Amino acid sequence: MGMTVVEKILARAAGLPSVKAGDVVEPRVDLAMSHENAALVMNQFQEVYEGTGREAKPWDASKIAIILDHRVPAESPKTATNQKKIRGFVVKHNIAKFHDVRGDQGGICHQILPENGYVRPGAVIVGTDSHTTSHGALGAFSFGIGATEMASVWALGAAVNVEVPATIKVVVSGKFGKHVEPKDLILHLIGKLTAQGANFRVIEFHGETIRNMSTSGRLVLCNMSVEAGATSGIVPADAETERYLRDEAGVKDKLNPVQPDADAVYERVVEIDVSKLAPQIACPHTVDNVKPVTEVAGKRVQQIVIGSCTNGRLDDLATAANILRGKKVADGTRMLVFPASWRIYLQAMEKGYVKDFVTAGAVVMNPGCGPCLGVHQGALGDDEVALATTNRNFKGRMGNPKSEVHLCSPAVAAASAITGVITDPRQGAN
Amino acid sequence: MGKVVLKLGADISTDDIYPGRYMATVLPTETPQYCFFDRTEFNAKLRAKEIPDGSVIVAEHNFGCGSSREQAVSTLKGYNPLIVAKSISRIFLQNSINLGLNIIICPTIVAELGHEVEVQGGKVVNKTTGTSFAIEALPAARQAIIDAGGLIPYTRKRVMAGA
Repeated sequence: MGMTVVEKILARAAGLPSVKAGDVVEPRVDLAMSHENAALVMNQFQEVYEGTGREAKPWDASKIAIILDHRVPAESPKTATNQKKIRGFVVKHNIAKFHDVRGDQGGICHQILPENGYVRPGAVIVGTDSHTTSHGALGAFSFGIGATEMASVWALGAAVNVEVPATIKVVVSGKFGKHVEPKDLILHLIGKLTAQGANFRVIEFHGETIRNMSTSGRLVLCNMSVEAGATSGIVPADAETERYLRDEAGVKDKLNPVQPDADAVYERVVEIDVSKLAPQIACPHTVDNVKPVTEVAGKRVQQIVIGSCTNGRLDDLATAANILRGKKVADGTRMLVFPASWRIYLQAMEKGYVKDFVTAGAVVMNPGCGPCLGVHQGALGDDEVALATTNRNFKGRMGNPKSEVHLCSPAVAAASAITGVITDPRQGAN
Repeated sequence: MGKVVLKLGADISTDDIYPGRYMATVLPTETPQYCFFDRTEFNAKLRAKEIPDGSVIVAEHNFGCGSSREQAVSTLKGYNPLIVAKSISRIFLQNSINLGLNIIICPTIVAELGHEVEVQGGKVVNKTTGTSFAIEALPAARQAIIDAGGLIPYTRKRVMAGA
């Protein structure tokens, strides 16, 4: 019986000739990523060794990545102290894949991992962040776990008792229309599958549209697969994956891409033609409450947010800058831009996008998770409405349960910044 | 047996259970104060210790969707409730099992606020209405962790066994 990509990856990582959906396996972990919640992982890790008489030492420090991104620079003494503890752990255990709050190495974990070549096709990656699904964009099996589970991985080097997930195959055809993007595709798919439609399942992306899509676009799809409940999204590695890893991430060693078997067993197949797809909006307060922009156009917005691990990459910033160039952010609307990494920030400066944003009236913030999770930047006032290229619109997500968050693509966000109302970029300010 | 003290809809997110703005707080001794923080009245009752241990929270499908934050589990665990949901989001379910939160998947549950609910064998019994509902088994993959009393004792055993 044929295997899906994830079944093949798990079989290899568990040292088995084959596995199928529902089997329980113990895959070796190739990369274990945490952010600020490494502080909690460290507590739990210590707890594992309590009373054992053994020293708490990670199984392989070269496979641990820690990226400070959720609250940078620290918003409170508590966070600063947690970050300080993490730095101590990093030094003690010699963790090389550590990215501190620095312009020459920092950014959001889901951008730092790919751009530094830490993600490889065929790898098993776990992260204490639900959007760890992102790294499936490079053909890895990458999924989110809790802090205690990470402590177990640090101790054992394996993810224990993993149930091999069933796979939903999504086949995408057609060419995106002007101002329609991978974000619109994934919002449309989440609306179709619902927020729980892929719970305990993997979404494997196929079709000509995916083959022609950049790694940046694939990261958007896999990043948000978790919003349909998916354990992971995955794009089987191809020539584009190799191009990205060689040219953009500087990877020199041999790659081991994994393809599904022709007779792989899928739970279901979903086909989508994007040629007639309109820009999409996920309306409050669930990500699967998705409507075409035409249905919500005209709604006033007080805050536009462009950035995040979903849509804070150079092509996203280019899209927004091209729409905004020479124009102004509407009175009564604030616009915040936060690139996904400092590398992207520098590229955006060189290309002139930062100037485009600032002269239009936007605030360009430091790379990090920023306003997306409502911790310390860009909180909303009572009854305010935000339109964001981020990935979640749960009630209170942007720091205030009395506010609304709508999700969209960079093109919709930029066009709406100019008008101050939700705007279809195909007819809008550009 | 416990009383239903909170009845929730579908897709209750971890932001609802534990708002992101309190994520710098990580210790299980400190997270309970922010439990369902934006449900102001319920949070106040929790903090005033008006909700006894073993009280029941009933939810529709996809409970605990969203973030992997373990605070969403430790915050609830601080009050020892029984969670009965029609289905549970993957990461939240695993975190619950790993930390030993009392959580049950019951796809057909019908219970209103104030109803007395009890778990009897493979069933959830609504004592108030006299009806019972089948429990869906937790993923078999997690049984060894449940048997060990949580992921920390499980991992500790493995470490001692040298594996």
